[in-house]
Amino acid sequence: MSDPNTLTQRQRDDLRTVAGMIIPASDEYKVPGADDAAVQADILETLGRDTAPVVAALDHLAGLAGKPLAELDPIRRDEVANEFRATGGGAAATLVRVVLQCYYRDDRVLRSLGLELRAPFPHGYVLEQGNWSLLDPVKARPPSLRRAQ
Amino acid sequence: MKHEPVDVLIIGAGASGAAVAWSLADTKMHILCLDQGDWMKPSEYPSTGRDWEAKFYGEWSTSPNIRARPEDYPINDDNSPIKVVNFNGVGGSTVMYTAHWPRLHPSDFKVKTLDGVADDWPIDYDALTPFFEENDRMMGVSGLSGDPRSPLTHPPMPPQPLGLSGPIIGNAMNKLGWHWWPSDTTVATMDYEGRARCINLGHCTPACAQGAKASTDITYWPHAIRAGVEVKTHCRVREILTNEDGMASGVIYYDKDGVEQFQPAEVVIIACNGVGTPRLLLNSKSARFPNGLANSSGLVGKNLMFHPYAQVYGFVTEPTDSNRAPPTCLWSKEFYDTDLSRGFVRGYGIQFGRGAGPVFEAVASEQKGILPWGADHHRVFRRLNGHRIGVSAICEDLPEEHNRVTLDPVLKDGHGIPAPKIDYTIGENSRKMMEHGLARGREILEAAGATDICINNPIPWGGWHLLGTARMGIDPARSVVNEWGRSHDVKNLFIVDGSVFVTSGGVNPTSTIQAVALYIADQMKQRLTNLFD
Repeated sequence: MSDPNTLTQRQRDDLRTVAGMIIPASDEYKVPGADDAAVQADILETLGRDTAPVVAALDHLAGLAGKPLAELDPIRRDEVANEFRATGGGAAATLVRVVLQCYYRDDRVLRSLGLELRAPFPHGYVLEQGNWSLLDPVKARPPSLRRAQ
Repeated sequence: MKHEPVDVLIIGAGASGAAVAWSLADTKMHILCLDQGDWMKPSEYPSTGRDWEAKFYGEWSTSPNIRARPEDYPINDDNSPIKVVNFNGVGGSTVMYTAHWPRLHPSDFKVKTLDGVADDWPIDYDALTPFFEENDRMMGVSGLSGDPRSPLTHPPMPPQPLGLSGPIIGNAMNKLGWHWWPSDTTVATMDYEGRARCINLGHCTPACAQGAKASTDITYWPHAIRAGVEVKTHCRVREILTNEDGMASGVIYYDKDGVEQFQPAEVVIIACNGVGTPRLLLNSKSARFPNGLANSSGLVGKNLMFHPYAQVYGFVTEPTDSNRAPPTCLWSKEFYDTDLSRGFVRGYGIQFGRGAGPVFEAVASEQKGILPWGADHHRVFRRLNGHRIGVSAICEDLPEEHNRVTLDPVLKDGHGIPAPKIDYTIGENSRKMMEHGLARGREILEAAGATDICINNPIPWGGWHLLGTARMGIDPARSVVNEWGRSHDVKNLFIVDGSVFVTSGGVNPTSTIQAVALYIADQMKQRLTNLFD
């Protein structure tokens, strides 16, 4: 667990803004955006080994924007976001991945997706047998293993 | 510090090291295995936590360079389009594999004779048959006997259920008239030898918390230890020493506290995989062996084979198994054998994928550009998530000497031991095979009604299968070990891992690696009175 203070306030603001651009809130699906406070807190608390590339990505983003991302008009903000995705390399990819991995484990989001709010272990899942008769045509074929001689 | 000598010292407690230790245990010799990693703790496996998918990108990454645990060593694979993946610990990469369990085919041992390329193995499939069977019992294999296009197997457990994804794939293959079959896997489908049956944790590549997936820490090792084999963990071997007679005398290793130790041994067996083994041999230079140990042929580290994976995946309207099942369930051998009309020699197996979890899906689809940012993100994600099926062609890689493992002049591990460096390019034959696999994979997906088709060509972090870098052969000028795994140059030094493969076949190799290890152990036992002659 990393110290949330490893990001400056400006970096945290930009992270929240870009996260909201990646995944905005939706009334239709009854889900928060990735700029939601709980999602943001999860991101900051679990940055860990991703801190350095995320900081690098946010520095790159700040350079492209020239001022806090939230202060740009929507058109300019989209332009900056597109530029960020095109030129941000591995650091930008890490930032996006960190946002997605925290968003898609949020209870409200998983509930909206119809997924259970638990770890896979120890209960696991039930897997149906499926239609084994589909294999009958394959079974009916003669053996065709290539001979070694 | 110098320790009392042991009869047999095994380096590496993974797939092959565990098998050979268990087999040799009935000789009642004093057998010691050193491993650079630790025993695993299933309670810490990813599927025990809500953040199970996130761990795949960090401490449970398949890449040692990303994972970067103290037990790992770095690998410079910058000069390779395929990155090395492995796991270091008791169980080795069987802790972190898909458990897909095909065998090499009989024809794979006669590639030169049948197709005029590469070399024949000095042993054949029939020599390995009893060891394949023994290994299947020890590892605990599930599957369906009778595949018309695969070697006959006798899995002791029934196959995994087809689930939701299997019938979608099976229907598509039947439409095309192509072969498919339930995969043999080392996933226990019933309680087996103290292992609980699979409960579909799904995320079973990075270790199975249920213990249903066979890894050698829970299969071979308990038996070997009960039979008297000793395992020391957190012991990283730096080099193998030799005596005035040119025989291996023991190894220098660093213990858990980083203290240098010498362990003498009568016999040394290397089981460190196709990257770790040449690294160790090349790090074991001496005045007598200036190019590295067992390297009079100059072939140590050369002929690295990976199996380039050509992967196609798409999304169907029906729900698939997503993360609620083991990732693999079916294979196809439709394009396994040589058909020169395809424009290449040899062939590939196909491994089908059932699906992915939500985080993996979001990350992968965003990177591929099919999952947008913004308001439409939610609608598109719901169309993709839980609807993926995948097709991966496991292409036979031919041995080429320029594909190699050497020592990096700069990079070192945590103990200051030179790290391996990979130089690898995908050969022309493999490239054509991959293109063929992608085209056929696309046909399969289209027959299944899939859309948003994406490719990974190759799967970049797909260097699971590390083969060929200390090849087996009769001619000491063209091979590193003989037909029963003994070094041509050092008569008490044996290699039992995937390094000894002469060719790679077009399937996951772990079953064959372990069968070869058991075969070598059996050969050693038959020759105990004249092992060094």
